Amino acid sequence: MLQDKDRIFTNLYGQDDWRLAGARRRGVWDGTKGMMALGRDALTDIVKDSDLRGRGGAGFPTGLKWSFMPKESGGRPSYLVVNADESEPGTCKDREILRYDPHRLLEGCLVAGFAMGASACYIYIRGEFYAESGHVQQAIDEAYEAGLIGKNACGSGYDYDIYLHRGAGAYICGEETALLESLEGKKGQPRLKPPFPAAVGLYGCPTTVNNVETIAVVPEILRRGVDWWKSIGRPKNTGTKIFCISGHVNQPCNVEEELGIPLKDLVEKHAGGVRGGWDNLLAVIPGGSSTPVLPKSICDSVLMDFDSLKEAQTGLGTAGVIVMDKSTDIIYAIARLSHFYMHESCGQCTPCREGTGWLWRVMQRMVRGNAHVDEIDTLYQVTKEIEGHTICAHGDAAAWPVQGLIRHFRPEMERRILEYREAAHRSAA
Amino acid sequence: MPKLTIDGMDIEVEPGTSVLQAAERLGIEIPRFCYHDRLSVPANCRMCLVEMERSPKPVASCALQAQDGMVIHTDSEMTHAARKGVMEFLLINHPLDCPICDQGGECDLQDQAMAYGFDRSRYLENKRAVKEKNFGPLIKTFMTRCIHCTRCVRFADEIAGVPELGAPGRSEHMEIGTYVEQAITSELSGNMIDICPVGALTSKPYSFVARPWELRKTDSIDVMDAVGCNIRVDARGGEVMRVLPRLHEDVNEEWVSDKTRFAFDGLRKRRLDRPYVREAGTDGGRGRLHEASWPEAFAAIAQRLEGVAGNEIAAIAGDLADVEAMTALKDLMTSLGSANLDCRQDGALLAGPRGGYLFNSGIAGIEQADAILIVGANPRWEASLVNARIRKRWLNQAYYGPVKIGRIGDAADLTYRVDHLGSDPAALQAVLDGSSPFSQVLRDAKQPMIILGMGALARPDGTAILDCARRVAEAYGMVRDATEDEPAWNGFNVLHTAAARVGGLDIGFLPGEGGRDIRDILIGTRGGEIKVVWLLGADEIAAAHFGDAFVIYQGHHGDAGAHRADVILPGAAYTEKAATYVNTEGRVQRARMAVFPPGDAREDWKILRAFSEVIGKRLPYDSLAAVRSRMAEINPVFAREDIQEAGAWGVFGSEGALDAVPFASSIDNFYQTDPISRASDTMAQCVAEILDQAQAAE
Repeated sequence: MLQDKDRIFTNLYGQDDWRLAGARRRGVWDGTKGMMALGRDALTDIVKDSDLRGRGGAGFPTGLKWSFMPKESGGRPSYLVVNADESEPGTCKDREILRYDPHRLLEGCLVAGFAMGASACYIYIRGEFYAESGHVQQAIDEAYEAGLIGKNACGSGYDYDIYLHRGAGAYICGEETALLESLEGKKGQPRLKPPFPAAVGLYGCPTTVNNVETIAVVPEILRRGVDWWKSIGRPKNTGTKIFCISGHVNQPCNVEEELGIPLKDLVEKHAGGVRGGWDNLLAVIPGGSSTPVLPKSICDSVLMDFDSLKEAQTGLGTAGVIVMDKSTDIIYAIARLSHFYMHESCGQCTPCREGTGWLWRVMQRMVRGNAHVDEIDTLYQVTKEIEGHTICAHGDAAAWPVQGLIRHFRPEMERRILEYREAAHRSAA
Repeated sequence: MPKLTIDGMDIEVEPGTSVLQAAERLGIEIPRFCYHDRLSVPANCRMCLVEMERSPKPVASCALQAQDGMVIHTDSEMTHAARKGVMEFLLINHPLDCPICDQGGECDLQDQAMAYGFDRSRYLENKRAVKEKNFGPLIKTFMTRCIHCTRCVRFADEIAGVPELGAPGRSEHMEIGTYVEQAITSELSGNMIDICPVGALTSKPYSFVARPWELRKTDSIDVMDAVGCNIRVDARGGEVMRVLPRLHEDVNEEWVSDKTRFAFDGLRKRRLDRPYVREAGTDGGRGRLHEASWPEAFAAIAQRLEGVAGNEIAAIAGDLADVEAMTALKDLMTSLGSANLDCRQDGALLAGPRGGYLFNSGIAGIEQADAILIVGANPRWEASLVNARIRKRWLNQAYYGPVKIGRIGDAADLTYRVDHLGSDPAALQAVLDGSSPFSQVLRDAKQPMIILGMGALARPDGTAILDCARRVAEAYGMVRDATEDEPAWNGFNVLHTAAARVGGLDIGFLPGEGGRDIRDILIGTRGGEIKVVWLLGADEIAAAHFGDAFVIYQGHHGDAGAHRADVILPGAAYTEKAATYVNTEGRVQRARMAVFPPGDAREDWKILRAFSEVIGKRLPYDSLAAVRSRMAEINPVFAREDIQEAGAWGVFGSEGALDAVPFASSIDNFYQTDPISRASDTMAQCVAEILDQAQAAE
């Protein structure tokens, strides 16, 4: 259990003032100039040393990502782009940071941008976050006025601008290269990698795209030290993380916890337990809609961090924990996710464009049981034909929930198919 | 140079080569749909996935740059599984209506499905259907068949420079289309039909007309402009069914303009398929044309020629005339004692050293230029593929280095950025005397180029402008011999619009000793000093100019010339004869006979040869080979096919006052420039739906 003194997001629930004065009270913008005085390379090394992993879903080591940025500008500016296009179903962590603690993000933007030699930062915020974008913009204005960013940011001698850009409502624009396309004013379609954004990013310039939470925790790591950060969590899965617990729990909530907390503890202690008790649990989607579902047997013991969940053939993702009790039609639940991924596919590359629609249509029949048992195998093969064959990870994200379903709930699918057939026979007879 | 291993074979390639290209070099075919050599690489079809060692996932070989030590397997289980999967996805929503699809038999999807697909479908759901789009009179759409490779979108953006296509919508609902329904206004739009790997974009005029395996394919040369595009004429029976581009890297790459591709239906309309003779009219007026046999027509001409002195006879060659016919007509005129010959019916008095009337740098040479001055030309309409090459040069500055393009002439959208320097000859004079802002650009350029259009030359002060342009070329080092450090460069380029012109100039279809040029011939016909005029397909001269002269029209279409003629001799069109054309670069190319001329029409040089016999002045050649050796005798360039080199330099043009009249392009209606395209229904539709639409928008 995370102790209160170790919490970073002390205004996660909006009980305090989100503006500059309140943020300063909570320690934000404290000693920022001193952090920057450490120098670019030292900052990157500290973040590397902290084993901080990206909070946006993929869990890529943040310091390593920063180190890909060119040391010499070569005449081109570099950019930091903050991905605030939080759209993963089951996830609502960035939103709380954006509306209740925007200055924590801005401070992170400055420090991270400085560490990678960026001349400006773009915050790409989800279009639906209307009020949140208002808060962030006001916070930016306050920071400019207070000299915290802009020319000679925080008195460090470093010039740094932050711009806010609102998206127009496409899930795929949360994919980092699609986000860059969208930011450039084009249709939000992921780019081919390589080249990676660190080489050719926004407007063809070196760019790093980081999640809101990743950027927001950086100043605190620098303030309190790597040892403190590493004392929380497990090796290679260090630090705190905001978990979003939704679904069939008594008290759905966002909570900052240490990585590696057992899933059962998380649900029982923070979310008031599963509706009808732990034994009424059917399954949990541990990390946002794209991660494969876990049955109760695994939920009993699994730890909530990147590596433990990977071992369980799923992922931490964005840590959007979706709890489903035994009243859930699990096939229908996954079919709904298939519809979401079909709807949000950008349509650029073949396996995702065609495959997601196929998955959803078969899943719809699976919900009713109007299928053959061997179609379950076909369905699994189709997910395998999508997975890993696409330009971006959207294809994988569409394939995984269905794979998780087949992996853990195949008997339920078969039962439904047999039931449907028997009913059909009965009515025919 | 990266070395990689593909299927156990080692290959070393230049940096920047993709794995797909490297495999191609080894003779390994990797299937693909979205990848196209001349377009950007989106890697969206995923058909070219291959296995790479140390990569957990298959990689798109079209977008993967070859790097040292890569080990690629194109024949492995992972590769086959990926291809099979992608092919299955492509087919689940494809209608599989091959029996009624015009692409059938030449469809990439069909071929690759045979090679890499499943033999049955596992898809039990309903297929997607997409509403047809209206892309104008040339492209028929069947969007349900579309596999979203975006080749057409990239072609429009990159090659054509007309960003009218896009892919609105996402997921399954992504559709290729114009954002607002409109005809595609590109003059190169037909090429989208070729690059579409499926039957989504097909030719509207060709829809449901023929199957590829029924067609007789003949390699030939196009005459709709002076570019000399390499084409393939597909015919069934006696009719041309379609015209397609043929690869020629130095001329048209693999594109042709819409006029080249679609105007051939004019070959079936308004054809002259038998000789005609005009009967004597009452009251000295002109009578009606009536059908005649060849001997009757020849007799009528011979009768009229009796007692007419050589200097009272003239011959004018038109824009589509082949060199063989011009050679025969020139020899015939010489034997008749006439020196009144001209092939420049537009009045652009080019002559003299070959360097003075060629596109000396060659079309491919545009890629090396770093400053281009366009004078009195609208290359987009006059020579679409020259324009496409300039756009290619402009678009690839990252590769070729920076380029500046200046233009003197009317305001026009050429699909690339030009500095407009003025619209009249004074602007050219300013470039010459150094007062123009473009002078410095030309001074700084290493490979400067001037492109001189017919709009600057076909005017009363044309020779003075030619002189001025020559001085510009010389002043800015556009013409230089090879040195130890750099090869020779000749950036003096005349952009012709008539397919016959350079051939006519090369063969010397020009006024002989004491002969009249085109202006004097017409003065002569109006004044009565010229009594007989032989028009070899010359249709661009108004009838009034001929006065009371006896006009013999030899050609294939009932256009302006035939309308005025007293005797009509039916000739063959470019698809109906073995003929030599010289393009604006001076490249000698041969068209071949794809179909026979209609009715009594004959190959033109044969008509002239037959007539010469009637008047007892037999031309000394009985075979095509003999005519061609006669051509080579007159000018050795005709002995060398498909060679482009700069012409000899010298003094040409003549000093004189420049008018203040602004330059105007010689073409105001791209779709109808010659008797064939004027007879074409398709071209008429293009005028109605594309040009008029554009005008209405303005």
